[in-house]
Amino acid sequence: MSTSAKPPSAVLAKPPTSAFARMLRPRRPNVPGLIGTLFTLFIAAIWAFPIYWAVVTSLKTEAQVLSKPTTFLLRTFDINSYIQVLTQSQILRWYFNSVFTAFLVTFFVVLLCMLCGYAISQLSFPGKNILYWALLAGFMIPFQGLIVPLFVMLADFGWVNSYQGIVLPQIIAPITIIIYKQFFDAMPPELRDSAVIDGAGEFRILFNIFLPINWGITTALAIVTFIGAWNNFFWPFIITTQEQMMTIPVGITQVSDAWGVQYARTMAIAVLSGLPVAAAYLVFQKKVTEGIMVTAGLKG
Amino acid sequence: MTTTPRKRRPWRTWRDALLLIAPFTALYIVFFLFPTARVVQLSFFDAPLIGEGTYVGTANFERLFNDPMFWRSVRNTFYFVLLSVVPNTFVGLALALMVVRLKFLRPPVLAAFFLPYMLPVSVVTLIWQWMLDTNFGVLQPILMLFNDGKALSVFRDPQWAMPMVALITIWWTVGFNMLLFIAGLQGISKEYYEAAALDGATSLQTFFRITWPLLWPITALVLTFQLIAQLKIFDQVYILTGGGPFNSTLVMLQYVYRAGFQQFRGGYASAISLSLFVIILVISVLQYRLLRTGAAR
Repeated sequence: MSTSAKPPSAVLAKPPTSAFARMLRPRRPNVPGLIGTLFTLFIAAIWAFPIYWAVVTSLKTEAQVLSKPTTFLLRTFDINSYIQVLTQSQILRWYFNSVFTAFLVTFFVVLLCMLCGYAISQLSFPGKNILYWALLAGFMIPFQGLIVPLFVMLADFGWVNSYQGIVLPQIIAPITIIIYKQFFDAMPPELRDSAVIDGAGEFRILFNIFLPINWGITTALAIVTFIGAWNNFFWPFIITTQEQMMTIPVGITQVSDAWGVQYARTMAIAVLSGLPVAAAYLVFQKKVTEGIMVTAGLKG
Repeated sequence: MTTTPRKRRPWRTWRDALLLIAPFTALYIVFFLFPTARVVQLSFFDAPLIGEGTYVGTANFERLFNDPMFWRSVRNTFYFVLLSVVPNTFVGLALALMVVRLKFLRPPVLAAFFLPYMLPVSVVTLIWQWMLDTNFGVLQPILMLFNDGKALSVFRDPQWAMPMVALITIWWTVGFNMLLFIAGLQGISKEYYEAAALDGATSLQTFFRITWPLLWPITALVLTFQLIAQLKIFDQVYILTGGGPFNSTLVMLQYVYRAGFQQFRGGYASAISLSLFVIILVISVLQYRLLRTGAAR
């Protein structure tokens, strides 16, 4: 936020006006600016086109989809593909799997990383530095490279095609610990000291004092973690082989193989799968941005 | 006792600390540190996917260095990195520059650029497979211009497959880079621009003398993220081409998957994984040294 003090002359020269008033005021047309804006809108239209095209295709009949010349605007809507997708595929089951596992991943990532971040930030205990460096070293190792031993281990546990198999490895999110540590480090030391004098235990200090103060970052991290878990393709793809245990991103790759050239249906299932996260983004835009920024190492 | 216990007895703090760190640390050891150690161990064993196998020393690595398919996967991975990292960074910067000067049009334009990043990879690939469909794809008229007026099966053409995977990746992920650049651009004080305007600087001069140098830390950050992320390319390639056609998109993780889960050679797959670890490690260190000049954050 730009709250830098402006010289008084600048404030006097430009009285604050609403965007609407500025639009009404006659002024010289800014031709290069206008061209720039039009160009930006053109690029934005190109960027949005694939999503628009998926929605349009999903609302056509299969015959309309294949007819030429191609129509880019819809005059009639046909929701048949959606009905077929919802009744003839396992998408509702995959929705449930995705919601359930993403919720569990989010809950455990936020809770366990907060506990761990609090300990590293506020307490001194033997082995703390080793733990911290082990977490940092983890950033160097790509999770994807671990699939062979990880799969073998979970197969030994009998956890292939199980919810615990999908969820547990996804809880490894050391970045969340580092973020919590940074936010807890920024708390004044008196906060914990005075609570300790009053006889509060560490869990009470964390949940009654530290968590409420850091509620904003907690919700941002929760939303970003949920979206990440919902979108995660790689791990659920490795650990699920039965259709009824798949999550949305994995399951929908199966139907396109099975259906072949049923493009209205394929796009209907794509729209249904993308809708929850797209809606979550549009509703929680600020929180999503904040969460992405802190995960990237920038304070939002 | 009349003295206030200013500090807890250390053993009590230690006990609490142990309770706080135990749940995460246990999972970290079981699902991360242990598999990491196993990758190293397995790469010296002739192990099938399930089961122990026998110790074979460095035989896996000797095979690896003489395996043209392995070198192919290394080349393909770096080819993908080349096609995606730098364009993704600069497209992100360009989009950010476009977005920040908008006022009331900003939210919809921002959403148009960022929304793809919110979609699961398989939704992205379904949409693009449909748009690029050989017979009915809406983009075929454009592709025909590059193919003497004939329909082009992009993912069956060794020359086109990888660049198209890179293009789709850019469309999908550039919103993330744009967001970081927008944050960076908003962090630049307006006073620099006011001073430049007073001195009569052109907009090009303003960009190269003010915006670009002040944005360098963010650019370095974006390049770092991109490089590491794109070395780990798998999802898009697996769904779109499965490594084909003729292995032209066989990237390192795809080869790990193929060796481990399709050919059941766990030891060999681990050796490929380990070489990917080493590449990522070396590149991280090199990059850190190269970019440290401006990347203070």
